[in-house]
Amino acid sequence: MTTQDKFLNQSKEQLLNLYEQMLLIRRFEEKSGQLYGMGKIAGFCHLYIGQEAVVIGVQSQLDQDKDTVITAYRDHGHMLACGMDPGGVLAELMGREGGFSKGKGGSMHMFSVEKRFYGGHGIVGAQVPIGTGLAFAHKYEGDGGLSAAYMGDGAANQGQVYEAFNMASLWKLPVLYIIENNQYAMGTSTERHSASDKFYLRGEPFGITGEAVDGMDIFEVQKAAQRATKHIREGKGPYLLEIETYRYKGHSMSDPAKYRDKEEVDAYRKDNDPIINLKRDLLHSDKFDEDDFKPIEDRIKEQVKKAVEFSEASPEPDASELYTDVLVESK
Amino acid sequence: MTTLTIREALRDAMAEEMRRDEKVFVMGEEVAEYQGAYKVTQGLLQEFGAKRVIDTPITEHGFAGLAVGAAFRGLRPVVEFMTFNFAMQAIDHIINSAAKTLYMSGGQMGCPIVFRGPNGAASRVGAQHSQCYAAWYSHCPGLKVIAPYSAADAKGLLKAAIRDPNPVVFLENELIYGQSFDVPDGDDHILPIGKAAIAREGKDVTITAYSIMVGKALKAAEILAEQGIDAEVIDLRTIRPMDTETIIESVKKTNRIVATEEGWGQSGVASEISTVVQEQAFDYLDAPVTRVSAKDVPLPYAANLEKLALPQPEDIVKAVKSVCYK
Repeated sequence: MTTQDKFLNQSKEQLLNLYEQMLLIRRFEEKSGQLYGMGKIAGFCHLYIGQEAVVIGVQSQLDQDKDTVITAYRDHGHMLACGMDPGGVLAELMGREGGFSKGKGGSMHMFSVEKRFYGGHGIVGAQVPIGTGLAFAHKYEGDGGLSAAYMGDGAANQGQVYEAFNMASLWKLPVLYIIENNQYAMGTSTERHSASDKFYLRGEPFGITGEAVDGMDIFEVQKAAQRATKHIREGKGPYLLEIETYRYKGHSMSDPAKYRDKEEVDAYRKDNDPIINLKRDLLHSDKFDEDDFKPIEDRIKEQVKKAVEFSEASPEPDASELYTDVLVESK
Repeated sequence: MTTLTIREALRDAMAEEMRRDEKVFVMGEEVAEYQGAYKVTQGLLQEFGAKRVIDTPITEHGFAGLAVGAAFRGLRPVVEFMTFNFAMQAIDHIINSAAKTLYMSGGQMGCPIVFRGPNGAASRVGAQHSQCYAAWYSHCPGLKVIAPYSAADAKGLLKAAIRDPNPVVFLENELIYGQSFDVPDGDDHILPIGKAAIAREGKDVTITAYSIMVGKALKAAEILAEQGIDAEVIDLRTIRPMDTETIIESVKKTNRIVATEEGWGQSGVASEISTVVQEQAFDYLDAPVTRVSAKDVPLPYAANLEKLALPQPEDIVKAVKSVCYK
């Protein structure tokens, strides 16, 4: 395979952009972890570190003007990948007025109709029928869009996921199901929670084509997502990607992750990190050198710094906000 | 005015709103080809086609969630549950997904959806098919909860529910689907959500009721009238937001209230009314607020036991006489 084939014929600019988007998620999440430690973010906070190639690889194959995205509660990466402003996301994590939900949603509950991101859902698996409903709406309106519905390996054992698979296949809905298999459902490893860990086969009884993908190699994710979206856009109904990945941090900030060895985590960090992998691949081709990456690091550092400044400057929501947004006032 | 059954009134409400707005669609078990398990969706498939009248698999949790997703994108689903007993499978989506998202999104994303179907006891169908969910749903901010009695109210309020930008739980009753009432003609009969109606004026005691219990309360009022007690019957029509003003005004006039419901008493709708009355009209009361509700047991199958378990007009009569000290 030539490097151009491996890189899916993407331009240098596009390739560096993938790197930049992944790095933004990494640095944003590291900062979130720090702010949590400082007590500036509270409650549940689920970091996406280690899984960046999944969302950036899939999003690169979506049509940002037509398609919709939904996920569960490990959602900061998806929001940034949809183009939501890091300042608005961080301000929400900090419970501030400038957050995407005016401080009323928190880490697990953010939405942007403008960026076509439909949450941000806190009940494991609930986003799957909802995402199938987004696909139903795409088909009903005939707008040519598809719905990308993300879930974890833990959610893949929820009954409602299969209720959704059945209807999606029965009605040929334009939905891409992505199982982000990060090896653990909270603290329970896949071999302890799933009778079969071949999650890509979970749609097979419903006639949903599935494939397993290496989620630490963004080009593999992109290629699989390209096949999947082509299938869906041809009107052939849903498609399932099981993307194998790894979460470096605990399930949430309160999880010290004692259910796994430090060596296991280090093996990924050192030898199979999706961002390092991408950089290595790019440097192997003669079109890239170290100088291409330095400005990206600097830009992201600045972007995250600005997000923190924006969030710190944003006040807590006014007390009058307590009673707003419960119901849409009828005209 | 035209005489319609509640079943026909509900069907007409959906058909009129579907003609008016392409985004309205109906989904549920047996709503299309079978014409509705209780024939409430009769004729809709023929008029609107399979794109907008959708038979679902038996998969309440799944299709409720799917409909919520469609509503997030601006469609206006009318989800029929064959009975609200089955909606327990879907209650997570009704509350966590439909009712809370507007708030959680800081007002960005609403969920214009109607969950409708028969609620409460039917006839001899046993404990799992015979529960009233009014109190359950009315507990939750972010939802509107409607439980009409007459066909005119069923039509006017279902049309309002479909046009409402919020999630609405619309509780019907299987036993009265076939009852006939006068319904205003035309497709502009829409009623405000959140307004109770005085079903019968009276001066001696207030009886509150909703859905099938309105009929039982009216029957009780007739019996009481023969005994010289003039009861005012309030048809709540909407459980959330509750029209407490109408209740309080009535209590200020009658100084006595019996709150009825078909559901269980503990933490029920009548308990809520009792609290509101003692908070807002304590000084007007000449007797303790009294509740009439289902007996505190799962609904039995045997005919005699079922009748004993459900609140009957006689129970209301007895309660009214006790608050009138007669």
